[in-house]
This record gives sequence, C-alpha cells and structure tokens, in this order.
Amino acid sequence: MNRIRKPGKQERFESGNPESRKSKQFRRFLVFWLPDFFLIFSFVPAFLINSSSAADVVIGSKKFTESYVLGEIAKRTLTDAGIPAEHRQGMGGTIILWEALRGGQIDAYPEYAGTIATEILKSDSTLSLDQIRNSLEKLGVGMTAPLGFNNTYALVMRRSEAQRLGIRAISDLRKYPDLKIGLTHEFLERQDGWRPLRERYGLPQQNIIGIDHALGYSALANGSIDVKDAYSTDAKIEENDLVVIEDDLQFFPKYEAVFLFRSSTRVDAIAALRRLEGTLDQTRMVRLNAEAERTKNYARAADLYFERSAGSPHALNDSFPRKLARWTLRHLQLAGFSLLLSVMVGIPLGIVASRGGAVGHVILGFAGVVQTIPSLALLALLVPLPFFGISLRTAVAALFLYGLLPIVRNTATGLQDIPRALRESAVALGLSPIARLWKIYLPIASRSILSGIKTSAVINIGTATLAALIGAGGLGEPIISGLNLNDHVTILEGAIPAAVLALLVQWCFDLLDHVLIPKGLRL
Amino acid sequence: MSALVKLEDVSKRYGDAIALYPTNLSVESAKTTVLIGPSGCGKSTLLRLVIRLIEPDSGSIKFDGKPVTPDNINALRRQIGYVIQEGGLFPHLTARANVLLMARHIGKSQEETHNRLRELSELTRFSEKLLPRYPLELSGGQRQRVSLMRALMLSPELLLLDEPLGALDPLVRASLQKDLKEIFTRLAQTVLFVTHDLAEAIYFADEIVLMNEGLIAQKGTITDLRERPADRFVSEFINAQRGIASV
Repeated sequence: MNRIRKPGKQERFESGNPESRKSKQFRRFLVFWLPDFFLIFSFVPAFLINSSSAADVVIGSKKFTESYVLGEIAKRTLTDAGIPAEHRQGMGGTIILWEALRGGQIDAYPEYAGTIATEILKSDSTLSLDQIRNSLEKLGVGMTAPLGFNNTYALVMRRSEAQRLGIRAISDLRKYPDLKIGLTHEFLERQDGWRPLRERYGLPQQNIIGIDHALGYSALANGSIDVKDAYSTDAKIEENDLVVIEDDLQFFPKYEAVFLFRSSTRVDAIAALRRLEGTLDQTRMVRLNAEAERTKNYARAADLYFERSAGSPHALNDSFPRKLARWTLRHLQLAGFSLLLSVMVGIPLGIVASRGGAVGHVILGFAGVVQTIPSLALLALLVPLPFFGISLRTAVAALFLYGLLPIVRNTATGLQDIPRALRESAVALGLSPIARLWKIYLPIASRSILSGIKTSAVINIGTATLAALIGAGGLGEPIISGLNLNDHVTILEGAIPAAVLALLVQWCFDLLDHVLIPKGLRL
Repeated sequence: MSALVKLEDVSKRYGDAIALYPTNLSVESAKTTVLIGPSGCGKSTLLRLVIRLIEPDSGSIKFDGKPVTPDNINALRRQIGYVIQEGGLFPHLTARANVLLMARHIGKSQEETHNRLRELSELTRFSEKLLPRYPLELSGGQRQRVSLMRALMLSPELLLLDEPLGALDPLVRASLQKDLKEIFTRLAQTVLFVTHDLAEAIYFADEIVLMNEGLIAQKGTITDLRERPADRFVSEFINAQRGIASV
C-alpha cells in the first residue's frame, strides 16, 4: 500500500539560491558566535527571503480531511486551467483561515455557508445565501454558489450503544444525563455550537470534555466518551459503525460548502473555481473523504473527483527517507534560525537584566510572561498581525520568543553570580567596561549562558512541531496529519525523529561545552 | 618627602552607617604605609576609595598632584597595582594570561611583555614552569605571587594590598612576607598596605595608620604608637595584640 500523504508541498523553499549575497554576509556574522553549530543553518535566510509565495493563487484549507480534499480539488482545477496554484494544507480553524484570506496570505479556501453566517458575519444562521454574498462583497470577499453537498454538524454515537438505549433523536439524550460527551474545541465555542444546542434541547449532561476531532473517534470507539460532534459527510461515521442522532428540532443550520475567494483574485481563477459549483453531491463527497482517509492521500482523493485513477503527476511519490530528510531539514531550519535570533537578542537583554533595577525586572518579567503563553495561543495571537500571518515568519517569531527566557535568565544569573572580588579586580586593573564584559565577565558566565542556550535549543526542537499547524512544515507535519487521520504510524513518523533530534542537539551542545567553556572553568 | 596620594576630607557612608568620616591622609613616595585597625574600622573602605571601586561622598583624592575624576580614573588605575586577600585571579585565564591581561589589552609588544614576565617571576620567586597553569591548579601562596605579578606588570607607581596574606597558612605567610618586603625595597615601591595584624604592620610599615570606627586614631611609627598613644583605644589595641603574641 502506498502510504504517501502530502505530495509536492513547499518545494519552493528549498529551491532558493542558498549562496545569495545576503546569506553570505549573514554567515560571516554567524561565525562570530557558536560557529560550528550555526554554520549548518547559514543557508536559512534564503528561504525566509523567499517566503512570499511563488504561485499566483494560494488555496488554504482547514484542519480536517474534507477541507484538505476540497483544497486539493481547487488546486487541481486551477492548475488544469493553466494557473499556477499552491495549496497550504490544514492551516487551522475558521478564524485563522478567514484572517489569512483577508490578509492576503491565501486567495481562496473552502468554507460552509452556516459558518460564514455565524462565525464570520456574527449573524444568525437564517441568513440566505444572497444575504451572505452581499455582506461578504462589502468585505472584499467573493463566494461561489454551493458546491452541492451540505455538511452540517451532527451528534454521533456508537450504533450498539444507541440501539441499547433506544436513542434516535437528540431529544432522547435528555433521558440519559450520565452520558459522557466529547466535543471539538471549535464546536464548544461556536455560536451555533454546544451551548445553544444544549439550551434548545434542554440537555442535562454535565460530563463534557473538549477533545481533538480525530482523537474523539478513538475515544468514542474505546468508550471514553459516548457522544461526539461530527460532520454529516464524515467518512468516519460509516467506518466506525456510528449513527447520526437525528436533529429533531432542526437546530443545526445548513452548512452548504462553497469557496470563498478574495475579490481581487485573477478573473480566470475565479471562473475556474466557479466551475466546481454544483458538482459535488453528498454521496460523492463522502466517497472522496473515505478515499482520503483510506489511502491517507488527499491528492489521490482529489484525483477521484476528476475521475482519474491514481498516479497523476500531482501525487509526488516521495520515499519515506526523502520526506524525513525534508521534514528534518525544515525542522532544523526553524529551530536553528529562531535559536540564533534568541541568542542574538537574549544575551544582550540578559546583560542589561543582570544590572538589576527597573529595566532588569521588566526584561525578566516580559520573558517570563511570554513563556507562560501556551504555544498554540501564541501562534494564534501572531497570525492576525500584518507582518506575520500564515507564514514561516510567524513560526520563527513564536519560537524565538519561547527561546528567549532561558537565555536571558541564564545570562543574567551567570553574570550576577560572578564573585565581587573578581568584578572589582577587573575594574581595578583599569579595563574599560566593554573589555571587562568581553574578556572577563562573559567568559566566566559562559557555562551558565551555554546551559541557557541548550535549554532553549531543546525547547525549540519540541515546540517547532507546532509550526506545522500554520503550514511552516517540519516534523510536526506528519504529527498533525496523523492526528487528523487518526493514524498512529504517521504520528510516530514525526514524533520519534523529533525526540531523537532533541537528544542529538543536547548531545551536540554537551560537546560544544568543551569548546566554548574556558578550560580553567572546567577543572 | 613627597606625597604620591593625598586624601582631603574624604568621607563615605552606606545608608545611615558612616564607613569613613572626613579624613586626610598622605601616602608618601617610596614608603610603605600600613592601614591597621579592627574589622569595620574603615581601612578597606579607604583603600577602595583610592582606586575608586567606590565613590567618595565628599572630599577629593589627588594622585601625583592631579585630582582623580571619573574621566581619568581608568588611566590612573593602570598606574596602580591592586592585590586582594583571595588573589582575584580570573579563573578562566592561565597564570600567564592573568599577568599579561592588561599589557596585551593596551598593546604592549610581545618582546617587552616577555622580558617583564621573566623579571617578575624571578622577583616574586614564581617558577616560569607554572605559568601555563590555571588559578585552580595553584596553591594559595602561588596564587598570591601571580596576583602580585599581575599588579606589578605595568610597573605601577602605587601598590595597594588589601590583606594580601590573610588567607595563607603561617609558613607560607612568613616566606611571602619576607619576599614582599624585599620586593618593596628593591623597587623603592610606594605601598599602601591593609592588615589587621600588628606584627605584620610593624614588619612592613614606614608609617602605621591606626583606624577606629571610621576615623584615623593615630599616625606614626610603632614607637610613636607604643610610647605616645593618642588615646585609650590606641594603647588598648597595641597591648591586646602584643598580649596575644607573647603568649
């Protein structure tokens, strides 16, 4: 069985000229500090400079199978029409995609009418398609006509359990207050999600947990939860022998699938997207979803839409070692470049902080606060900012911020711990403040500073897996795909190399200690 | 006789605690002046004021007739050697690098520094073979000899010693005392020496400055202090130390 899932993604980053003048200058700068380690990353700036898209039209998709498949279909349609297109897979939830569309990081993405009405327009779900189209137009966003299927929200249960309890409709749930309900975080928060649903039906259940969509299916299968939310075209429903509980009060709005696009997108691209209108009915979509889940290959599922068999040029047949090399390289680029920034900013900040006073407290306080922000939240906070958006920059910036604290704190502590007698000897010799810092204080504090850098490096290797959430690649890519597909092998393809990488980096830094910490301090 | 360092009404306080009342003192050229007194009497404070590790609250300090200011202090520090109890050697540098640090920093020629280093190791009886060692690989006495070499490297006009022998065991201490005294005489060195040990003060001093609670209690030779004590504290201090020494 072919187990390739993510074809042809982001090759453009590797195709940049690694020996541009800028990167050479940069390299000279790197050699200054931690030479051996950072030389590996000296080609990094090239890819950052190239990070604006090479394709004319960029399609985004949300973090679930159907959105991936629709994204692939759109990409194929555009490419077939001779328009260079790129698909950024699984960028996140509704708000991230919408902001990326508004911010111009993507040009189009698949969305659902009900979601547009409630989440984007903050209205209620009774808006007609025309009303929605008019409101979007004012925001500079266009919408295709429905693609043909309605993917509404639904509650699902194990078939056996539903039969045993005699549950057919959501109203029946009232009789079983002890049922355990696991819901996606998005559904828990949505305007048309759990809270109004519970109110409408008067549901008594207290045992509600938030759980990732794909993980929820496992939880349902092993009985950790009894009820979860799902999409009505979800192939998992058949696959896992689940039943949809009837929405007898017609609570869920219609979720007809459409494409949203920026009004400024080139006309022939809009026309191409419009050709998809009305071509995908419910059955067909379920089949495509099932195909994507079975083969773990979205492009292949998209091929099915074009009624062609597998083996199209779009399904890039990467071998596992090649993919692993690509993920690892990108991972090292992300972690290495952000670490470099953390070192370049963190050590000066640590020097300032070591002098104490109000400024020192502010610096240490800021670095500490950043560390307490959950990494996902930090990414989500950066994405709507103009400079960042859905890009490598955002991932590097977030990792850079995470890497700061250990370096700032260890630099400050290392400097503060220098005995007074040594400080005063340096002053009494008549060394200038700069010479004192470079020749005396920093070398004496080097062990502490290096251990801060080591901590940052290991943290960055771990956190960089989250970069895949905003399409920045790395070893997080198979982890996220695996989570979406509920495929443990794929998760491990990313998780094991990431862990090994963290150990290797730790080991490299241990070696580096012997080079960079003066011998007199290691006796 | 000329004064190399002159303190005029110099005082220092830390919060409410007065470390040094307005004080006048001259350190004579080519002589050894010893500051002595009980802990907290202000003798170290005075020394640290001279090399400006702390700023005086009032008064002025003149070095070779010129007032010491924040602008010229770094240049002046190069004419002052400073040795403290624990040596203050930088642990990440070898003995050689410690001694040569300033000479290299201000760009002295290799040849010049090399010759000076040889002279100094002979003067301080520190084997050249030990120069590549790090401070942690040296004994306490050896470290103080390296520290002295570092202080003397640029041929300073003034040598400041803050209890340089305080942490050494008696045998090492005695041999270093002897060597130090020889060095001072040979170089006709101006020295300001802080100790709490009267015997050591008597051994080194051309002039003894006895301090108490931030004030100079009496200045003079040991004979002056012994036979014409200025007050009760002076006679008690002299007798207390002599009492223990004679046991």
